[in-house]
Amino acid sequence: MTRGLAGAAAAVALVAVVGWATAAPPPAAAPPAPAATKVDEQIAHDVASQLRCVVCQSLSVADSPSETASQMRAIIRDRLAAGDSPEQVRAYFVEKYGDWILLSPPKSGFTLLVWVLPFVGLGIGLVLVAVVVRRWSRAPRAATPSQLDPAVRERIRRELSEMDKS
Amino acid sequence: MSTSRLRWVIPAAVVPVLVLLAYGFRTDPREIPSPLLGRPAAAFSLTTFAGTPVSLEGLRGKVVMLNFWASWCVPACYEEAPALERTWRAYKDKGVMVVGVDIQDKEEAARQFLARFGHSFPNAPDPTGRVSVDYGVYGVPETFFIDRTGRVRFKQVGALTDEIARSHLDVLLKEPS
Repeated sequence: MTRGLAGAAAAVALVAVVGWATAAPPPAAAPPAPAATKVDEQIAHDVASQLRCVVCQSLSVADSPSETASQMRAIIRDRLAAGDSPEQVRAYFVEKYGDWILLSPPKSGFTLLVWVLPFVGLGIGLVLVAVVVRRWSRAPRAATPSQLDPAVRERIRRELSEMDKS
Repeated sequence: MSTSRLRWVIPAAVVPVLVLLAYGFRTDPREIPSPLLGRPAAAFSLTTFAGTPVSLEGLRGKVVMLNFWASWCVPACYEEAPALERTWRAYKDKGVMVVGVDIQDKEEAARQFLARFGHSFPNAPDPTGRVSVDYGVYGVPETFFIDRTGRVRFKQVGALTDEIARSHLDVLLKEPS
């Protein structure tokens, strides 16, 4: 039973860690709005990397070689050049495609769960590990060998003394 | 002993995972709900393959069926093409406008597509992809039904059929402008 519990604790901890690893890293802090005209390629790239390429599986607009993604990158650059802030450009795509377009789900509403649950899982896992470790540290007392049958003890004593004689 | 008290922990840990999986495997990861339904349709202004301008602004007061397609979209765009033309012919005198927007395409291939199906409604290329992003298009074919007041009311993802077009258009035509 203790082994089963330890296994469960390990599984919960593993789920927590995997859950955390699969959640996308938090987006970089939004850089300040550019002074229009000249577009900062780094800012354009930052925005593109937060958007999901609509024709790909799990690729950002920045990473996808598809024509759709390159058109979306051009739209991002044009909007930045027109004076939109990176936040406004993101909002434009969310308005058209919904939150689905964001690679990192928003930290509010239902999708807040995605950000919070891994830590909850990790907490539960740590508590379970603590419980199991405490039990293990008390284990030796329970593991002391039981009293030998007096008859067996007597037989061992006799046979040992016979060995000594021979 | 506390082991028996903690025996519920394992099933308790398994249940939420099973519930999550049961929910997750029932949803289609490719299905994207459009946030545009009920909202004003984005204005567009394009030039058709025939060289005439077509804009949403110029179609105010009409029910608009806006179809996004591409010549490389096999087979869905080829399946729906005859239904589009049939719908256009059946509804053009009833206050409906059908507009095709060709995305991510080569002009020559697109012209061959139009010739093959004899499309007689306006079709225009969207060379920059602006219009398709404005409509949140993520694949072809997608068809948007815009009411007389210029709002997106229905969205069809995948091949359109006569029945689907008819059911949406009849609803929108009954509404006052």
